[in-house]
Amino acid sequence: MKKLVTSLFISLATSLLFVPSLAMASETELHLDHAPDRSGNKAALQNGAKIFVNYCLNCHSASYMRYNRLKDIGLTDQQIKDNLLFTADKVGESMSVAMRRDEAKEWFGVAPPDLTVIARARASEFGSGADWLYTYLRGFYRDGERPTGWNNTVFENVGMPHVMWELQGEQVLGEDHKLTLAAPGKMQPQAYDDMVADLVGFLQYMGEPGATKRKSLGWVVLLFLGVLFVLAYALKREYWKDIH
Amino acid sequence: MSIVNAKLKDLLGWVDERFPLTSNWKAHLSEYYAPKNFNFWYFFGSLALLVLVIQIVTGIFLVMHFKPDASLNAAGVPVAFASVEYIMRDVPWGWLIRYMHSTGASAFFIVVYMHMFRGMLYGSYRKPRELIWIFGMLIFLCLMAEAFFGYLLPWGQMSYWGAQVIVNLFSAIPFVGPDLSLWIRGDYVVGDATLNRFFAFHVIAVPLVLVGLVVAHILALHEVGSNNPDGIEIKKKKDAKGIPLDGIPFHPYYTVKDIMGVVVFLMVFSLIVFFAPEVGGYFLEYNNFFPANPLQTPPHIAPVWYFTPFYSILRAVTYPLFGVDAKFWGVVAMGASAMIFVLLPWLDRSPAKSIRYRGPIYKTFLAAFVISFFVLGYLGVLPPTPVRTLVSQICSVIYFAFFLLMPIYSSIDKCKPEPDRVTSSGHGVKK
Repeated sequence: MKKLVTSLFISLATSLLFVPSLAMASETELHLDHAPDRSGNKAALQNGAKIFVNYCLNCHSASYMRYNRLKDIGLTDQQIKDNLLFTADKVGESMSVAMRRDEAKEWFGVAPPDLTVIARARASEFGSGADWLYTYLRGFYRDGERPTGWNNTVFENVGMPHVMWELQGEQVLGEDHKLTLAAPGKMQPQAYDDMVADLVGFLQYMGEPGATKRKSLGWVVLLFLGVLFVLAYALKREYWKDIH
Repeated sequence: MSIVNAKLKDLLGWVDERFPLTSNWKAHLSEYYAPKNFNFWYFFGSLALLVLVIQIVTGIFLVMHFKPDASLNAAGVPVAFASVEYIMRDVPWGWLIRYMHSTGASAFFIVVYMHMFRGMLYGSYRKPRELIWIFGMLIFLCLMAEAFFGYLLPWGQMSYWGAQVIVNLFSAIPFVGPDLSLWIRGDYVVGDATLNRFFAFHVIAVPLVLVGLVVAHILALHEVGSNNPDGIEIKKKKDAKGIPLDGIPFHPYYTVKDIMGVVVFLMVFSLIVFFAPEVGGYFLEYNNFFPANPLQTPPHIAPVWYFTPFYSILRAVTYPLFGVDAKFWGVVAMGASAMIFVLLPWLDRSPAKSIRYRGPIYKTFLAAFVISFFVLGYLGVLPPTPVRTLVSQICSVIYFAFFLLMPIYSSIDKCKPEPDRVTSSGHGVKK
């Protein structure tokens, strides 16, 4: 019996020795740049919303998001109507697109996905969804072998062309797998990165518009439960003082 | 005031002549005598009941807005997936109800695993509590079914492919397998028919059985009385009135104590619901924010954390036996690993019930079992590699050895003598 216990333990110990090395084996490492935090920065989020409706919303829908929800980030119904309402008539409608899905599929090989919760879906062990999007939108490079003429460092053989190439310019991928700007665009690299950060911040906000409210409510709930705990503890002590 | 009291007493008398209200109140609460030395581990029974109520109440409100429909809407998104986002955005407090339900699913398993481990620590499954334990295991089985059916409903990528993988496991059964999995799905692939029948099972069939089993679990418990951290029977020492010397009425003593436990639990629960509802992709998997796509298999399909120990055991079986595919034996091993707990009352031959009085061999085996369970759980989240498979095979052997060798090691272990009376007052202080 003793022998069995010992041998069991030896095998368990050896298996535990492997555990630290387990996490690393085999996964392909994905390096993501850290997306600047734009949460709570209303000016940045409004800028992100503007870029989103101008550059993304032509092909991608955000069909669970209503235009008037944008009041969250400090806009008024009138501002939304005047500046952002391109694809619908009423502010209560959702951000859909006019492009037909079957046609889109013919043009790009795949219908452009809905982007409402893309920032939540793209999160992984390599970084947040915002990090992925921030790296992706800055990772387009020229590739003559692709039908669109573009490829991406994060999303290999992506179906989407580089929609914002006029702003960023043209990048090429070197032998060392590093991107270099071959032809500058209308924006300085730093300004382009800032703009992408605003857009990603907006996408992250859109993934869960109620996230800020959720967290602030959480403090109230915890405070209430803290008070309740003091009372519950006092009640328990009072009842239990005669139990020995 | 006294007139009101007299009227209420009359009313109670009227009810009692027609319904056993007072007698049941006494039998199950005010005159149910529980050992006075319950410790931390004894909070999880009432907490499991609390989580069940949370799941049922939030579930009712989710069903009011959720649409079990796999067809695509105008934006090309499955209606079921879009209806979950509708709940998250447009339904007043929908996000809270949904996060409570999704967090509640994981919380249910945490609480139930703690509750089961308590039973193993203090020998709560031993005679005369075998039926309580069996009912409990059936509840665990229902809970796994409930979680599995419910996970398909949001119709995300992980929902879809997880269900595809698990239903396909049935096809490994010789002869009837392929037809059986077709019958379960109601289609050749997971589709609208599957979604609708899983919805029916998730909201009606399984909860009905679950609640019935919970009632049976508690009735059986109150018939024989609760075990305690010392693993001795308090009913053996009674006073002149027939009340156990170490027993105290469940109400008010344990009701007020459990309220305290409930508040602490709700604090932890709120931390998750309000500040980290995804829990790093463990409670809500990131990939499940992509709508189900039958044409695109994700590179890595992992079940939610609470299934991963059993999933690891499934993957650890890589040898075909008797001319039958390894996959089939993997399914058998997985089923056995989840249900082998049922045999504990008959496998355990130790003279002592509680870990406090058991010998070193049992403690060693239990520790090895717990470590294996965690390692298997961790490996189940990761994609398999040869090294990982080897480690999960070693851990699977230890997992089963804990149970199958128990008749031998528990009978030769050197136990300490059990005390006559319970040894602490429930404040965690030993006398």
